[in-house]
Amino acid sequence: MRAQRNISDTTIFHAIVATMPIMFGYVSGGIAFGLLLASKGIPWIFAPIMSIFVYAGSMQFIAIQFFLSNANLITIAIITLLINCRHMLYGLSLLDKFDLTGKLKPYMIFTLTDETYALLTTLKDPNKINKSKFYIYISALNHFYWVFGTILGAIMGNAIKFNTLGLDFTLTALFLVILLEQLRSYKTRLPFWIGATCAIASIFIIGKENMLLPSIILSTLLLIIFKRTVTAQNERD
Amino acid sequence: MNVTNIEISIAIMTLITFLARAFPFIFFRAKRPPEMVVFIGKYAPFSVITILVIYCLKDVSFLKPPFGLNELIAILFVVILHLKFRNFFVSIFVSTFVYMVLVQLNLLNFLRF
Repeated sequence: MRAQRNISDTTIFHAIVATMPIMFGYVSGGIAFGLLLASKGIPWIFAPIMSIFVYAGSMQFIAIQFFLSNANLITIAIITLLINCRHMLYGLSLLDKFDLTGKLKPYMIFTLTDETYALLTTLKDPNKINKSKFYIYISALNHFYWVFGTILGAIMGNAIKFNTLGLDFTLTALFLVILLEQLRSYKTRLPFWIGATCAIASIFIIGKENMLLPSIILSTLLLIIFKRTVTAQNERD
Repeated sequence: MNVTNIEISIAIMTLITFLARAFPFIFFRAKRPPEMVVFIGKYAPFSVITILVIYCLKDVSFLKPPFGLNELIAILFVVILHLKFRNFFVSIFVSTFVYMVLVQLNLLNFLRF
């Protein structure tokens, strides 16, 4: 019997391998977020604070806009809820797995991002290792990658002065990529058309500065009204 | 926004995001969630993201030179790169870089006569 275990037998090693694809995305995404926030003249320390506590990528990016446009707090609350309401469904498939994690269960819930959810629900548990530790390491590593990238970006944005004109496009590109992924994963196109119509109508009727909240509320109401059509379209073959 | 309001906003976002994630663990131990919650959770992000894309583009003026072409070109980069490589990093960083070059060097300036 060997006295020392090989590193490749350890739980942390398995978790690092499992989270490798996410590491790249989270570190670079964190850098972009930190850089953008610091370049806007917002105190850079808020970047890592948000990445530690809010820990919701697209929400953090849009929050930069809110800080700059002095958005009211109710708008921020409603938009946070509607962007992150998809997370309400994630826990459903993890109820049993998270019971294994004991005292750290609240942390597991707190760190349940899209990518962590995808990983935790699709991974095959490696043999011979402690499952609960494996899940906890995965969640903590992803959180760490995001915070680490953010600190790097915020320091870069604060220390290196360069022309950041156009850096805002990161936000547009991020949402566009999410939208492309959604167009791929849903069969129905109705939520897209409802969103687009509400947004453009709000710009013309209410004005571009205050278009966000009314269009989001209106689109959610329209979704509910067209619930049967949306569901039927998405479930047909 | 002043520092206090930024702090309050961060607290609100933290709390609501956590509650959304904790929702099934608090309410749906035994029973399934109401159909409406599942429906909104599934489809609202799709329409909200569409709205956010348009929100990001709300300040582009399509009627004045360069007629929103900087944005259009960068958006084309996002779409083509993403359809080709399906890699978030490549799509976002390359298109942002392209956009920064376009606006900083004023490459489409010739459109302003």
